[in-house]
Formats: sequence, C-alpha cells, structure tokens
Amino acid sequence: MRRFINSLLLAEIVKGFLLTLKYMLFVPRVTINYPHEKGPISPRFRGEHALRRYPNGEERCIACKLCEAICPALAITIEAEPREDGSRRTTRYDIDMTKCIYCGLCQEACPVDAIVEGPNFEFATETREELYYNKDRLLANGDRWEAQLAANLVADAPYR
Amino acid sequence: MTNTAENLDLAEETRIKPYTMNFGPQHPAAHGVLRLVLELEGEIVERADPHIGLLHRGTEKLIEHKTYLQAVPYFDRLDYVAPMNQEHAFALAVEKLLGITAPPRAQYIRVLFCELGRILNHILNITTYALDVGALTPALWGFEEREKGMEFYERVSGARLHANYFRPGGVHQDLPAGLADDMAAWCDALPKFLDDLESLLTNNRIFKQRTVDIGVVNAEQALDWGFSGPMLRASGVAWDLRKSQPYESYADMTFDIPVGKTGDCYARYLVRMAEMRESLKIMKQALEKMPQGPVKVDDRKVAPPTRAEMKSSMEAMIHHFKLYTEGYHVPAGETYTAVEAPKGEFAVYLVADGTNKPYKCKIRAPGFAHLQAFEFMAKGHQLADAVAIIGSLDIVFGEIDR
Repeated sequence: MRRFINSLLLAEIVKGFLLTLKYMLFVPRVTINYPHEKGPISPRFRGEHALRRYPNGEERCIACKLCEAICPALAITIEAEPREDGSRRTTRYDIDMTKCIYCGLCQEACPVDAIVEGPNFEFATETREELYYNKDRLLANGDRWEAQLAANLVADAPYR
Repeated sequence: MTNTAENLDLAEETRIKPYTMNFGPQHPAAHGVLRLVLELEGEIVERADPHIGLLHRGTEKLIEHKTYLQAVPYFDRLDYVAPMNQEHAFALAVEKLLGITAPPRAQYIRVLFCELGRILNHILNITTYALDVGALTPALWGFEEREKGMEFYERVSGARLHANYFRPGGVHQDLPAGLADDMAAWCDALPKFLDDLESLLTNNRIFKQRTVDIGVVNAEQALDWGFSGPMLRASGVAWDLRKSQPYESYADMTFDIPVGKTGDCYARYLVRMAEMRESLKIMKQALEKMPQGPVKVDDRKVAPPTRAEMKSSMEAMIHHFKLYTEGYHVPAGETYTAVEAPKGEFAVYLVADGTNKPYKCKIRAPGFAHLQAFEFMAKGHQLADAVAIIGSLDIVFGEIDR
C-alpha cells in the first residue's frame, strides 16, 4: 500500500527535484569565471617548458643532453659546442611541443635545474609552427616566469 | 478478396532488409571512438559489430623501444580515467622481475591513490551512464567531486591526468605537506555526495526503467566471456584480486566486496556505487596507517638519488646519469602481473631479456573483454538499450585500442 502511494505520488521524483532545488538555492556556486579566475596549481605542476638562467644572467644549461636522452617522445633536440671561453653551452635547444607528453622526466633528469616545466598552461597557438620552440623562446619563457619557477623549486625542494 | 498465396508473396516482397546503421565513432553515447555497426529490425538490435582501432597508438610496440622508466607515461594513456591504476600494474611487474619490493610508505601511497582512482573512475562512469539514459544533473555534480580528486592527483604528481607518479621501486615523490589532511577531509565529505547521487538515481523510476533487466549476464556467461571487476561482481561472482591475491598493502586493509544479484545494468550501477564507499574505507585506513619512511627503494641501481645527494656526491651523480640515460637492466624472465583496476583485471605480461628495455610488453585491458560481449548482451534489445549497455560496460578506448 505504501509502495503504491509512493509510486502514485512520484515520491522519488519529487525528492530528486527538491534535492536539486536545494543545491540550486543553498549550495554556493563552485564554477569559476575562467579567464579571470583560475583554479589552484601546486608547485609540482608540469606546464610549459622554460630554460632558466643563473642570477648573473648566464644560461644554466650545460648541454649534458640528459633531457634529450630521457625524453620518451623524442621531442628535444640539442646541439652543443664549446664557447670561446671554453665553457660548454648549447648552440641549439629545440623542443617540439606538439610531441611533448609533459611527463616531467626532462626536469627530473636535469642536473642543474635548467629545463623546467613551469606553471603556465595557456600557450595554445593558431599554427603548429609556433609550437616548435627554439632556445630563444625557451630562455624568454624562463625570464618571464623566473620568479614563480624559483619559488616552486624552493617549495618542492624537500621532496626532490 | 485475395488468396493467401498472393498475400504471402506480397509479404515477401515488402519485407525490408535489416537496417544497417553506424553508431559512432562520433556519437556522444559511444564513450570515445567506438564504432558500432548495428543491424536493426525495426528498433530491435539483430547484430552488433564493434569496430575498434580508431585510437590505436601502438603502445605495446613503443614500449619495446623505451627504457623501463620511459615506459611508465605510456600507462597513463591507456585508461586515462584512472591513470595511476595502470602504472601500478607495470611498476609491480618490473619490481617482480627485479626482485625488489617498494618500501611500506610507498605501498600505502600507491594503495591510497589507486583507490582514489577507482572512485574517480566510478564517478565518471556512473554520471555519464546516467547522462546516457537521460539524467543530466548527476554529471554536473559528479564532475565537481572529480575535479577535487584530480586536484589531489595534481598536487602529488604535477598533472591532473597523466601522472607519471608510480615508478618501479616506489613512487616518484613523497606526499606534499597537508595533502594527507585534505584527502582525509575529502573522504569524510564524499559520502554526503554519494547519498545525494543515490537519491537521484537508485529509486528513480526512469533510471530503473532504462536499466533493470537490460543486458542480463549470468555468472556462468560472465566467466565464459572473460569478465572481471564490477562487471563480474554484478553477476554474483565474488572475485576481486585485492582479496584473492592481495598485492601491496591490501592485505592490511579491511573492506568488503560488493556483489550484485541480477547481473543487469542496474546491478552494475549498484555495485559501482557500493564500491566507491568501500574505496573510501580503504583510503581512510591507508591515511591512518601510513608509516613514515622512504618512498623509493634504497637501491641506487634502480631509484635515482635525491637532488641534494646528486649535487654533492660524485657516485650519486654517476648513478643519476646512468639511470636517466641507459636506465637499469632487468634480469631475463617473464611475469604476468595483474591488478584490480576500476574496470576489472588490468594486467601486464612482461618479458625481459636482460637489457634495459622490455622484450615484450603485452597489456591485458579489461574493457576489451567486456566490449567483445557487447553483441551477446545487446541482441534482442532495443536500440536505446544498447546505449544503456555501453554505459554500464564502462569502456574507455585508450585501453581497448592501446
């Protein structure tokens, strides 16, 4: 009998509607206004790559090619030769961002914290060509994001 | 009045051939890139022929050309709804061949995140399944909870989906400070959400009309078709690898295996719903019992040294360089290592030949076995029921096409 009344009065449907109404009226909204508000990101976030510099402006990368070796997608290409002062530096450092799978192995492998994956995830482009990053582009990224990159490395240092 | 023979002829002439229809690969209810060739007699499915391979990337072959460390990210991309569960199978397989076990803390972290992955997977499956049969709200609510869970993924590994976090020999990094507390708080809050979700679906007459007695599989058929996971348990077989051959720290956890009775789409929904509550229990226990200690094996031939050590010790530096270029050599041997992934028995059959790369890596995806049973489940049902069956199969094409 009770079951009959329940089914006649659409009990479970009414209950469902009341619940959704409760969510609509009393539960605070969780959506964020994306381009103006952004979700939280941890110091470990693996986004767009950047090549960092030492505080004196010298490039960190010493062309050991560990990142090139570990990259599962073969996205990194490095060429290197000694400079006039005898220091070893890259002459070419390309990352094909269309191949990259953002696994983070390059920043793990880098012994001098030169190549890092930064907090930037908004680097969509209109053409593929723009995603073939060269050394200038990567160093520019490093200069642009350095404050946050350094802060992230410090925050994550106890765990690395 | 015409005679009967003439009538028969007419019927013969006007009979329409079964209507052949493509379902997918662009259909939103096809859950990815499933292409189903359906032969319909009116609205009744006569034959259903799943065509797969549209997401084939050659993962197994690619892994043969990668070192063991480089192969880990490929496992994230199989079942991309619960990535860490896949990595788990590979990490366990390599550890078995190497003859090492991860330290206790790493084992607890792995179990914690595997169960989180199970909850995320079931939230996605149940809500999109409800969406397929006509309920929009669960999907909107479910994605909020899923987002919170993926934030935990992001905080621990740096990526919301493709974590690359479980490594042979442990996990990549320890939990960051505060994460365990936040996860415990989330575990306490989630049952409320599950109750709300259930009150929208479990007794809802529309949902029941679409799922009860649809795609019934009995226990014997489920075993014959190679079902595993919630699909098998919904048919009444209490089989769970976490109980039958407890790996990692599952032996220390108390939890139950929910088993369905009817083997239809509704039972599969109920089993997944109950499994989420069990997973929450396991997560809470893992957080409580988690010991302190290292998260990687203390073997520099397998796990890289810490950065501080690498920068101060020459030997650690050499190990670092060796591990990130050549990788480690795994002794010759073969292993079939299975884990209870959210979708069923996910396994890696790994053959090592003593070099730094696997000789062969066969991946056993549960969704593949479930999809092959689709024709037998859908035959004789209405076209709309085929959608409900696909939803209850919980297929993800990353793992089926590999």
